[in-house]
Amino acid sequence: MAVRRDAVANIIVCVKQVPDPEAPPSAFRIDDGGKRIADSPGVSSVLNGFDENAVEAALRIKDAAGGRITVLSLGSAFAADVVKKPLSMGADDLVLLQDETFDDLDSYGTALVLSEALKRIGEFDLVLCGRQASDWDNAQAPLGIAELLGIPCITVAQKVEINGGVVVAERVLSGGYEVVEADMPALVTVSNELGEPRYPTLRGIMTAGRKQPTVWSADDLGIDRARLERRIRIMDLFLPVRDRQCEVIQGEDDADSGRLLALRLREEKLI
Amino acid sequence: MVDVLAFGEHAGGKIAPITADLIAAARGVGGRVAVVLMGGDLTGLEAQTAPLGVDKVYTVQHPLLAGESVDMLVSALEQVCRRVQPRVLLLGKTAIGRDVGPCVAFRLGVGAAQDSVAVEAGGQTGRIVATRPVYGGTAMAKVTFGSSNPQVVIMRPGAVERGSVPGAGEGVAEEAEAIEVELDESIRKVRHVETVRKESERMRLDGASVVVSGGRGLRGPEPFAMLEELAGLLGGAVGASRAACDAGWVDHSYQIGLTGATIRPDLYVTVGISGASQHMAGCSGAKRIVAINKDADANIFKEASFGVVGDWSKVLPSFMEAVRDLVRS
Ligand SMILES: Cc1cc2nc3c(=O)[nH]c(=O)nc-3n(C[C@H](O)[C@H](O)[C@H](O)COP(=O)(O)OP(=O)(O)OC[C@H]3O[C@@H](n4cnc5c(N)ncnc54)[C@H](O)[C@@H]3O)c2cc1C
Ligand SMILES: Nc1ncnc2c1ncn2[C@@H]1O[C@H](COP(=O)(O)O)[C@@H](O)[C@H]1O
Repeated sequence: MAVRRDAVANIIVCVKQVPDPEAPPSAFRIDDGGKRIADSPGVSSVLNGFDENAVEAALRIKDAAGGRITVLSLGSAFAADVVKKPLSMGADDLVLLQDETFDDLDSYGTALVLSEALKRIGEFDLVLCGRQASDWDNAQAPLGIAELLGIPCITVAQKVEINGGVVVAERVLSGGYEVVEADMPALVTVSNELGEPRYPTLRGIMTAGRKQPTVWSADDLGIDRARLERRIRIMDLFLPVRDRQCEVIQGEDDADSGRLLALRLREEKLI
Repeated sequence: MVDVLAFGEHAGGKIAPITADLIAAARGVGGRVAVVLMGGDLTGLEAQTAPLGVDKVYTVQHPLLAGESVDMLVSALEQVCRRVQPRVLLLGKTAIGRDVGPCVAFRLGVGAAQDSVAVEAGGQTGRIVATRPVYGGTAMAKVTFGSSNPQVVIMRPGAVERGSVPGAGEGVAEEAEAIEVELDESIRKVRHVETVRKESERMRLDGASVVVSGGRGLRGPEPFAMLEELAGLLGGAVGASRAACDAGWVDHSYQIGLTGATIRPDLYVTVGISGASQHMAGCSGAKRIVAINKDADANIFKEASFGVVGDWSKVLPSFMEAVRDLVRS
């Protein structure tokens, strides 16, 4: 791997377009094959939330020490406004890995294609990912990318800084955090504890609109499709019905309801 | 021959609860079950696995395995898998297992089912079928594996009822075997600098029998003082939704849900929480959920056993006053 050691860092952020995870559950539909979530009007496409945190982490590094941020996204179809959002936040370049065969990849295939693209980009110091994609909640692709490239992997970071050729990160633990470091090139996955991603500026949106993404297909990357065969196969996908009968306690007014609730819970020996 | 190998976790000289979960899940799959324990010093741990019901205990002791470096654990577990050749490898979705499992799978070129809540031996093919919540818990998927072994499944803590699986918890006659692994410093790519614990007097969420949580509907940090008092009255712990944590009203260690703590209390009281699937992912093991929310259509009422549709600023004070009287009497 060719790694440049300039003053400023080359940062690659991997972002995924996903169905809005905060759409109401009732808006989700399973398609006829029973294996994927169907497009539906109530569920728009958004950038994976943790990937926005990763973009923010990259921008903070760039603000502090300079750097060039390339956004990398893999899929079979993209909404321009979704995948261009990181550019409007301040990222520099966008590379789209787009191919019909990328429509049905598991974590292994995803990591393989992304790692091939990273090899092709060649010059990078730091790869930032989200801690997990909110569609399949796998939290696996980044580990796979790092394995396939043989680079260090730090997961679930709330702070990422670079210091010379070393990345230093705070890794979230239950009830605290752990400071870890690794030589670059390295990969770090970012969590929401990092803090709110910045809003795109008007100027950012206009610049992003003019930027043309670089698009690579499976052939451009020289990927042998046989290697993309699923290791994890989906047998069934379904929407569980949750409807516990809730006993609604209704008093004369809100205060009375609160009092009655306590009495009811005592009756049930819950308090 | 070993059919199912569980990656046993331990801390402070004690087997961690997740290990019992994994062994129970492994028993459900069937066949010969083994647990592998790794660490710098395993003195006294092996004996603690006997009551959990495994057929075999593998121990991997190496100075470089002290300190829980994921890089070291991945290399050691990869070597163990190549030696033992299990059909199924089970890990817990803990800070360690959720990283070690997929890394070992990638290294062996096999698939891993992350964050699974059930695992069973599949029909005719005999491949494993894992059930996992996806889309934050809005949907459930049943997934199976390609033809190579091991089939790696990473189990959500607390998902398996330990008592409910035949064989789990019974002391099965066990063998022990020490496995030598080759490790050296060059394997460590991520270096530990320091661990920072946020000192807190507060009761731990996991293990609490009562949890009281607040969400965005509380509109600020102040009402959490009331929740602390309520939790105190009920002998419970305080939690929060991610929205309340992201807003900075309470620390992120309060967060309950998919990417926060998983709780299994007898009573879970939510105040101003809408009940998004990602939140419910962390509390679906609660025996009874109580909701105080002003929106009758909020999802939380689909999962709660008792609820009040109303403004918490009016409901909560009188609720607390009544609770105070009841616990005193
Ligand atoms: C990948 C991913 C992971 C996530 N992980 C988690 C997680 O681990 N934990 C988690 O909690 N969330 C998680 N989320 C976020 C989750 O989707 C929701 O956004 C979040 O749980 C909402 O928090 P909330 O219920 O406090 O806020 P809201 O959804 O805004 O709900 C506030 C509720 O308060 C009620 N309310 C308002 N005013 C009053 C009043 N005066 N009196 C009574 N009720 C009132 C409203 O009716 C509303 O129902 C995750 C999201 C994603 C995409
Ligand atoms: N199709 C994709 N394109 C770009 N990045 C991805 C893709 N899939 C996963 N990633 C990255 O890997 C992270 C974890 O994804 P996952 O392992 O699918 O949960 C995401 O937050 C992204 O940063």
